[in-house]
Amino acid sequence: MRLVLRNLSIRRREGGVGEEDMPLKIVEETMEPNTSEVGLTINGIFIKSHPGLSLLEAARQNGFDIPTLCYHPDLPAEGQCRLCLVEIGEYPRTRLVNSCTYPVEQGLVVQTHSEKVLQARRMVLELLLARCPKATLIQEMAAAMGVYESRFKTDDPEELCILCGLCVRTCREIVGVSAISMAHRAPGKQVATPFTEASEACIGCGSCAFVCPNNVIPYTEKDGIRTIWGRDFELQPCNVCGNYIAPKYQLEHWAQLTGDPVETFFVCKDCR
Amino acid sequence: MDQARLDAILSRYEGETADLIPVLQDIQDEYSYLPKDELKEVAKRLGVPLTQIFSVATFFKMFSLLPKGRHQIKVCLGTTCHLRGGQRLLESVGHRLGVEAGYTTKDMQFSLDTVGCLGSCAQAPVVMIDDKYFARVTVDKVPKILKPFK
Amino acid sequence: MPKFESPEHLREYRRQLLARRDPKQPQVLVCGGPGCLPLGSEEVAAAFTEELGKNGLAAQVLLKTSGCQGLCDQGVRVLLRPQEISYQKVTPEDVPEIVEATLKNGQVVERLVYEDSATHEHLVHKADIPFYRGQNALVLRKLDVIDPMSLDDYLALGGYRSLRKVLTEMSPEEVIDAVERSGLRGRGGGGFPTGRKWRVCREAPGEVKFIICNGDEGDPGAFMDRAVMEGDPHAILEGMIIGAYAIGARKGYIYVRHEYPLAVKRLSHTLDQARECGFLGNNILRSGFGLDIKINRGAGAFVCGEETALMASIEGFIGEPSPRPPYPAQQGLFGLPTVINNVETWANIPEIINMGPEWFAAIGTEKSKGTKVFSLVGAVNHTGLVEVPMGTTLRQIIFELGGGIRQDREFKAVQTGGPSGGCIPKQFLDLPVDYDSLQSVGSIMGSGGMIVMDTGSCMVDVARYFISFLHAESCGKCTPCREGLKNLLFILDEIIAGRGEEEHLALMEELCAAMASASICGLGQSAPNPVLSALKYFRAEYETHIRDKKCPALVCRPLLKFTIDPESCTGCLACVRECPVGAITGKKKMPQELDQELCVKCGLCYETCQFDAVKVE
Repeated sequence: MRLVLRNLSIRRREGGVGEEDMPLKIVEETMEPNTSEVGLTINGIFIKSHPGLSLLEAARQNGFDIPTLCYHPDLPAEGQCRLCLVEIGEYPRTRLVNSCTYPVEQGLVVQTHSEKVLQARRMVLELLLARCPKATLIQEMAAAMGVYESRFKTDDPEELCILCGLCVRTCREIVGVSAISMAHRAPGKQVATPFTEASEACIGCGSCAFVCPNNVIPYTEKDGIRTIWGRDFELQPCNVCGNYIAPKYQLEHWAQLTGDPVETFFVCKDCR
Repeated sequence: MDQARLDAILSRYEGETADLIPVLQDIQDEYSYLPKDELKEVAKRLGVPLTQIFSVATFFKMFSLLPKGRHQIKVCLGTTCHLRGGQRLLESVGHRLGVEAGYTTKDMQFSLDTVGCLGSCAQAPVVMIDDKYFARVTVDKVPKILKPFK
Repeated sequence: MPKFESPEHLREYRRQLLARRDPKQPQVLVCGGPGCLPLGSEEVAAAFTEELGKNGLAAQVLLKTSGCQGLCDQGVRVLLRPQEISYQKVTPEDVPEIVEATLKNGQVVERLVYEDSATHEHLVHKADIPFYRGQNALVLRKLDVIDPMSLDDYLALGGYRSLRKVLTEMSPEEVIDAVERSGLRGRGGGGFPTGRKWRVCREAPGEVKFIICNGDEGDPGAFMDRAVMEGDPHAILEGMIIGAYAIGARKGYIYVRHEYPLAVKRLSHTLDQARECGFLGNNILRSGFGLDIKINRGAGAFVCGEETALMASIEGFIGEPSPRPPYPAQQGLFGLPTVINNVETWANIPEIINMGPEWFAAIGTEKSKGTKVFSLVGAVNHTGLVEVPMGTTLRQIIFELGGGIRQDREFKAVQTGGPSGGCIPKQFLDLPVDYDSLQSVGSIMGSGGMIVMDTGSCMVDVARYFISFLHAESCGKCTPCREGLKNLLFILDEIIAGRGEEEHLALMEELCAAMASASICGLGQSAPNPVLSALKYFRAEYETHIRDKKCPALVCRPLLKFTIDPESCTGCLACVRECPVGAITGKKKMPQELDQELCVKCGLCYETCQFDAVKVE
């Protein structure tokens, strides 16, 4: 049995829906060799893939390199950054789709580096380079595609956030506390805590900072205190070795979720 | 926070996540903005993260996190109104009241905003004050229109 | 109103209703549409109530406030039936004369009658007026006949006959088949074959499905959907119930733009009526089929006209679109199969069932069947909603129905499809309007907005207007749209400010190409259309802005120069009061002086001056 995250779209399904509406979050599928495999062509090469995969996953599994910025294997794909775009179909009826959400299809013809795809990718990176000229990751990815400078204007030269949403999704889907989110529309869109004040829901785990590709989220640790998103969190030292594990508040949150006594979390993983 | 007033609104709904926007709309209609305390309470009652509420409140134009003025002036900037001098009209109204679009006058009397097409294109330029429509508004008509609301 | 327990019950009720009604009874229909309402429909209607009462005619003459009667520039309109005398520019002061002369003595009040601008003929009857004569009103047919709040009016015109036919004689497959054969395509702009969408949804696995009516008409200049929601709400509802039956949905939503409170009110009343009479609820007309529909209001976001964003907002999330696939028909609202169609699409369904798909398919062109409602606005003599068969040419619409360009000016371009569409220049005036032909010239059908522009409009300014609108409305999720629109706006502002450079045009074209192929949703994908079409057909105008730093149409303010002509200036000081920066000085009753250094070129002085003393170049 294999659990596959069938619903590739970001919207949460559970909660707030009438009893007759069944949320589709996880689908169990039996995987027997070769019965339900799908055949498709990527860059002229025929490959076989499990039907529940996205084009991105199938391509990467078969050694094709597709760049991404907002994709993470443990998070539901959003198709936000547009770098993973691939060209599908046959001339003259082709179009660009984002491979992180498009499911594999029998007989699909895919090109990961066609001229149209490259032009789109280059433009996306050029726009991001204008937005965040000092972001080294963007500089590298752009340079890899032959884009060394941007013809577009920069509003704030210190800006590093590319609005990929990885931090927001991580906090929501993996940490489960939703302490931050995207506020506003295109003008002024930013990652923010509610009312841009210290977020009460934040447990200080730092996952957002960890997953951020540009190291945008500032957090400091000094004298046993971690400061992140405007709040100070007292760090809990390990009962055995004395090294800091995580904020005490975060461990208490886990204890609440699992029902175990909080002291079980006061031993670091090295000392278990 | 007036618990009873908020309860009256929440009782109209089943308390599901999908009720969020209608609830916020009712609060906006009643209070003329979305007060912070009320939003925190709504988060608890509907089981919705406060961040989602903040995202929704900043995404949709009808919502305001700051109190609005007694009277809402909306200058239409739909295409026809724009072609017939909507922008100048907006500036004229703003200049007269001493307020910019998107803001409220210091005396909290007027909030000025733009709106994208009210559907009365034949009568462009159009201005709405509260729920009253004013058609074919030219710059010289502005003082007369504003007078009864002052 | 009774509850219709069975199809026979409905039939009998309708028969008795028609027997009670006198088709020759005099009626006064005061237009309460979006154009006439701000001009005082309510006051005119109140005047009629009073006047009819005074003259003892309240019982004999039926007074109604109708939906939009079109020809909005001559509002308030009043239509007298059964003669179909069309009065225009009616004020409450005119009412006593109308009652006395026309209702009591059968005489026409000449000064309130339409005058043809070319022949100066007075055209008394609606059918003679070119604006109406050239139309084929199917969706708009009932708007100047019924009281939208009266279910009896709707039933008297055959309302819910189609629903009865569907529930008693047709299987869901047969309904889908009929819609497919009609060739109906989505009227919201996408033009996707409606029947095919229903079929995909019906075949999608799962018991729970939804139908949605997209009433988030956000295109500036478009008010077709508003008029239908306010003027013939039951038609939309009947279409939705039929659609729900066809796909197997038991729950539906009507999503109405927040800026349309009257539409929300009317639709809400309509749903209440439908529940009371058994057209919604369990076991509709004893068929075993049940459905309920609720209304969700939009909250001020143009992007929520996009179907996945609309559904996200119903679910309580921000209106950020999602990539497709999966398509809503397979995975839509709450992840379940959903059919979402536009107001006009739903409103077409009852007649397609009633008259048969072949009747519908006989109207229009090969690939675009039926009629389309357009909102004809802008620089034309006669503005308002027009419904014409697909394939009617732009020239026919603008010059025959619209009466040509206002103030005898010259036609420059027509914008179709709103912010997602393009400007079409005069060489394409004979283009037959349908989905494919509009696309072939770089525009789209869109929801039906048709904004006519004369030579007083600047195509750089128009492009800037749309890009500015789209940038403010963009959800901001994806880079090509968010950053792309921001940069397009910046470049256009540079051009308008006189800082445009030759490279800007090519840069915009390159950026537009990327936005069109790389954006997640239609907003970003079609945002380039206004810019690209302007560059394609009006490139010279852009080049004048860049090379000569001039705006030929005298619109782009940074490139203008305002001066006061001392010969014409009377010193009334009106402009001094308007000037936001105090750039105008001078004594009262003496010619004023405009300080060019202080002038911010807002043009308010030009607008205000009653003596034509402010010159612009």
